Amino acid sequence: MKTDIILAGVGGQGILSIATIIGMAALENKLYIKQAEVHGMSQRGGDVQSNLRISSKEIASDLIPMGKADLILSVEPMESLRYLPYLSKNGYLVTNTNAFNNISNYPDEKELITKVKSLAHHVAIDADKVASEIGSPRSMNIVILGAASPFIDIPFESLENGIRKIFAKKGENIINLNLQALKAGREFAEREVLK
Amino acid sequence: MQNLLLLGAEAVAQGAIDGGISGIYAYPGTPSTEIMEYIQTSKIAEERNIHRLWSSNEKTAMEAALGMSYAGKRAIVCMKHVGLNVAADAFVNSAITGVNGGLLVVVADDPSMHSSQNEQDSRFYGKFAMIPVLEPSNQQEAYDMAYSGFELSEKFKIPVLFRITTRISHSRSGIATKNIKDVLDGSLPQNPRKFVLLPAIAKINFNKLIEEQDKFVEDSENSEYNKYTDGKDKSLGIITGGIAYNYLLENFEDRKIPHPVLKINQYPIPRKLVEKIKNECKELLVIEEGAPFIEEMIKSYFNEGKQVHGKLDGFLPRVGELNPNLVAESLKLENVIGEEIPAIVKNRPPALCPGCGHRDMYDALNESMKDQGKGKVFADIGCYTLGALPPFNAINTCVDMGASITMAKGANDAGLVPAVAVIGDSTFTHSGMTGLLDAVNEKSHITVIISDNSTTAMTGGQDSQGTGKIEAICEGLGVEKEHIRVMIPLKKNFEENVKIIKEELAYNGVSVVIPRRECVQTLARRMKKAKA
Repeated sequence: MKTDIILAGVGGQGILSIATIIGMAALENKLYIKQAEVHGMSQRGGDVQSNLRISSKEIASDLIPMGKADLILSVEPMESLRYLPYLSKNGYLVTNTNAFNNISNYPDEKELITKVKSLAHHVAIDADKVASEIGSPRSMNIVILGAASPFIDIPFESLENGIRKIFAKKGENIINLNLQALKAGREFAEREVLK
Repeated sequence: MQNLLLLGAEAVAQGAIDGGISGIYAYPGTPSTEIMEYIQTSKIAEERNIHRLWSSNEKTAMEAALGMSYAGKRAIVCMKHVGLNVAADAFVNSAITGVNGGLLVVVADDPSMHSSQNEQDSRFYGKFAMIPVLEPSNQQEAYDMAYSGFELSEKFKIPVLFRITTRISHSRSGIATKNIKDVLDGSLPQNPRKFVLLPAIAKINFNKLIEEQDKFVEDSENSEYNKYTDGKDKSLGIITGGIAYNYLLENFEDRKIPHPVLKINQYPIPRKLVEKIKNECKELLVIEEGAPFIEEMIKSYFNEGKQVHGKLDGFLPRVGELNPNLVAESLKLENVIGEEIPAIVKNRPPALCPGCGHRDMYDALNESMKDQGKGKVFADIGCYTLGALPPFNAINTCVDMGASITMAKGANDAGLVPAVAVIGDSTFTHSGMTGLLDAVNEKSHITVIISDNSTTAMTGGQDSQGTGKIEAICEGLGVEKEHIRVMIPLKKNFEENVKIIKEELAYNGVSVVIPRRECVQTLARRMKKAKA
């Protein structure tokens, strides 16, 4: 198996925690992993991405070639579209629909969502809303991870274990909220894809 | 034989710890910062009392590492590529003194300038200083090379340059570790005079360095990191190394490359292996991250008209980092690319954080400069360089660490009044202080704004060497006490701050204005810790 994932968002939105959870889950399944991330200047409110590759075979490149990504996992709608050249024909785009508007020329939000929904394989979810309903607004990124989980070739339980590990220090309550967030995202995606 | 998931930078750090270092010296700089940060949080580094504090700049770091080597212990010094320019005097001369304890000089290059002002290739520095260079292709090699690099250094009694690039440094992968080595006991150099670079001794040392060159080449030719792999299709031979090797592999199913491939990860260039691939293949393609370093050299090896393709004839772009698609193009392989980026997607440049003190500093400065005319603000390297972008458009230069003060002085010498420098606290102690002395000595009409957030912010909030000492340093350098003005950059102080800046702009001499407020990022982290 191999899953090549582009994680996208804006500096500070927590895409690296998503990467860490998937990374732990991959290790648990004895898979190879490479994850290239962005540090430095662009972390100051600029666009950030991470290339995450997991595979049962040894991985060569740290960067995903264009046209080869199986999944774009984005916590922000405009950022999800920035990496379309990387998405393969059969790849999925999973994005939060909530805009992070920190630039003066941010595009029309409706147009963005229309564009996302015009793609053959997409899941568009208001992850902030879902996270708030659970009572854990900060778990937005985990909701997105849940919504993307059907397209990541790793058992769901391993992602749950990853969450237990990274939130271990924060106590049972936080762990449970994030497990719920993961599950809510997953259920949303399953409903969307099946319909 | 632990299995760790580490960034390339962290793999270098773990390799150095396991390789028996007694100290690491560094100044923060993307993409090298995580090497020191990893060692600072390492339990074993604490147990062994490995030196692991930041230095004021790359030159002081390089010299301290050389001092540790002189005393017979293993040391590593880390910096970004432009940091090696700052350390160059010490670096080049460390090749003339040679070392006692093993010394690795780790330099992280940033092709594509993700967080830098140029994309210089440090391998040239290795050749310039005439020392061996190691360059890993992946994170495991980064670990292995750091682990065994000290022995290479001690074998030839020479510092070894260790080059990594952004995508190696900031990419994570599984690492198998080895048994940790003991630190060295410490010993004085066998030849007590070799570190005394008086001309008479330097000449002897330099001749020895020249003589050693063939041995360095021989070591490269026998190095496990330089590998020749045969292939049936000899119409083309491929020479590659570093991360570019991964991009090459990526383009072939199951890594089966039909052409002969020479992977070079240790320099000087292994001549015999290059001769071999040249003799076996009709044409050559060189795929390397950074400048056409190998390409230029091997072109001059064979003056008999063999076709060498690469960055000099457009097979690969001369500028920017490589990726698997560019490598595919150079091999005439098909690229299937996804949908274009829709026009609706706009650029999202980085910006100063909401609530950042630099914002209030720039608001006050812009207001103060309204009547002074354009083009008079010289800035420096740090978060505040973002003041060049809207909405501030406040600065006119950013060149190298410390250049704000000295360029303002030079412009003032040329008649520009007032000339303003904007510099951060960490950059000021890195290399602004000496320039300030020049300005004081000539009573230049400059206003130096030391925007003090009490950290090295752009690289993630490392300790700043001048914290709590800025006024004393300025006073010590001779700035008049009444022209050292401290302010708190907050909206509510806007008018008062404008008044202070205006007063100092009018002063015909050196003024220092210090807007001081803690970085919002380090503040948030501190609060979080206090809560926990």
